[in-house]
Amino acid sequence: MPANRFNGFTDYGVGIGLRIPHYQHILSRHPVVDWFEIISENYMVDGGRPLEVLDQILEQYKVVQHGVSMYFGSVDPLSREHLTRLKQLVRRTKTPWLSDHLCWGSVDGRYTHDLLPMPYTWEAVEVTAQKIRQVQDFTEVPVVVENVSSYAEFHASEMTEWEFLNEVVERADCGILLDVNNIYVSSKNHSFDPFTYVNSVPAHRVAQIHIAGHSKFEKYILDTHDHPVLPAVWRLYARAIERCGPTATLLEWDDNIPTFDEVHAEALKANKFLKAAAEAAPDTASAAVQAAANSMRQSGLVESGAPR
Amino acid sequence: MTEPVSEPSSQLLDIQRRMAAAVMHPLTRGETMPRRRRDGASNQREADAIIRPNDRLTSFERLEIYNRQYWFRLYTSFEEDFPGLQAVLGRARFDALMRAYLTDCPSQSFTLRNLGSRLDAWLDQHPEHLGPHPVLARDMARLEWAHIETFDSEERPPLSPEALAAIDEHSTMRLQPYLRMLALSYPVDDLLLQVRNENGSSASSTNNASTARRRRHVRHVATLAPRPIHLALHRHENSVWYKPLSPEEFGLLAALISGKTLGDAIDLALADSSLPEHQRAAFLQEAFASWAMLGWFTS
Repeated sequence: MPANRFNGFTDYGVGIGLRIPHYQHILSRHPVVDWFEIISENYMVDGGRPLEVLDQILEQYKVVQHGVSMYFGSVDPLSREHLTRLKQLVRRTKTPWLSDHLCWGSVDGRYTHDLLPMPYTWEAVEVTAQKIRQVQDFTEVPVVVENVSSYAEFHASEMTEWEFLNEVVERADCGILLDVNNIYVSSKNHSFDPFTYVNSVPAHRVAQIHIAGHSKFEKYILDTHDHPVLPAVWRLYARAIERCGPTATLLEWDDNIPTFDEVHAEALKANKFLKAAAEAAPDTASAAVQAAANSMRQSGLVESGAPR
Repeated sequence: MTEPVSEPSSQLLDIQRRMAAAVMHPLTRGETMPRRRRDGASNQREADAIIRPNDRLTSFERLEIYNRQYWFRLYTSFEEDFPGLQAVLGRARFDALMRAYLTDCPSQSFTLRNLGSRLDAWLDQHPEHLGPHPVLARDMARLEWAHIETFDSEERPPLSPEALAAIDEHSTMRLQPYLRMLALSYPVDDLLLQVRNENGSSASSTNNASTARRRRHVRHVATLAPRPIHLALHRHENSVWYKPLSPEEFGLLAALISGKTLGDAIDLALADSSLPEHQRAAFLQEAFASWAMLGWFTS
């Protein structure tokens, strides 16, 4: 399912996160890269070097925006300034979809700048879905939500994380950025089977997949994005691709960042799985396309037929 | 979009307030979560009330991961924004200032870029954190915040030669939004340039976790001889530059920025000037030519 309404009917292949240490290499060598993901907040400024670099990147590459502070799960209302700046950036990048996290991070106007885990309650489902819809309506691009790595669970939770995700995306009618590394990290921290999670996600809503490295400690795992992707995460990725079909994939590497070539080579390992899925799973792909078409018909976006 | 999307009495809001209170509470000197908060509340009891333990970690230990992440992230961002202040104060005093400031002034913005926006006002109320050379430290903090603002503020198209030629003494002039003016008691500009070169560029927002607090090299500058300076912080080809100004140039630009007409701004800037009368016309001509060439005048 390379293209669906949640990723703007695009087929984006394998990308990497645009990071400052790689600016010079990218702008001087012009490497061939399917697409770059930017952290929206780093470019939601009025001028200067960040926007100059972004404009140069946009001249040559496809760019998708990924946010870190919309906090769909916070009870706090959305910030008008945040939304306005985000929409300005959307117009600049022409991002075909917009992602942020299924988490909270601000309360009473104070920001933690962290991706805090949700209590999986019905109230949280309502709050989160409502805010996703507000962002989608305001920005006028498809919004996709990413599952986060977590290190704590709440007594108040009334369902599993994947049940919570599914309820939210159905009510918000939005897409999913499936981070298989985050699923792995949380599965180890909370002792669940990560394949149960991957197998439970509505495949037709998956717009993008994240892969990354993590760090193991004695009693828990941290989502540090400072290592290559581990074999266990590749296995989850393979299963996700098997279910969803070839899907836009992005490697995150945010700390101890190696050379551009090393990061890109690590990301391109995903192609092995994408090609295998494209060649070996026509049944899955056609089923997913059919589901997407049904979903589109239900939402009134098209009258009949499958997405192109 | 002005009201919370859930009732104020909601369980979700209660959980978020209680968790945020724990997460945003300062760490101990050993960078662990304190058992008891400053207001006497027990973090142990709060953690047990809202967080499930697992077979490896207690509720307290799971909450502590987020408490440490919060402070590591803010420390890293603040240190990268104010390396000059750290050099002036030394690590221990800077750490104390940083902890106190971030406790009193937690982020109210979606972006970490604005973390230091309230530092200057906060230092008015907390001079005890400025160490043995408070004016020097204050000057450095002001320069570093101005640098951040100049770096990514808006740039407007400069005035055309035709528009510049039409200006007369009754005109008011708009200057580039990125321009910042500072009158300082110490020549902190050279020191900051050295420190920033040593420490590299500032960080950006990410969504990964930190395993520990990131320590940067700190060069402690014991003191600096005072010497009053006037600076304009501006951008050229999207790099930030510090342009030294004479007191007359500073006064003239400050008056223009405040909305005075060109004639009034000139009168104000030269009122107490020691510049000889016969040199004033040339001074004004050179100053305006230089600023126009730099694109500081805009529509």
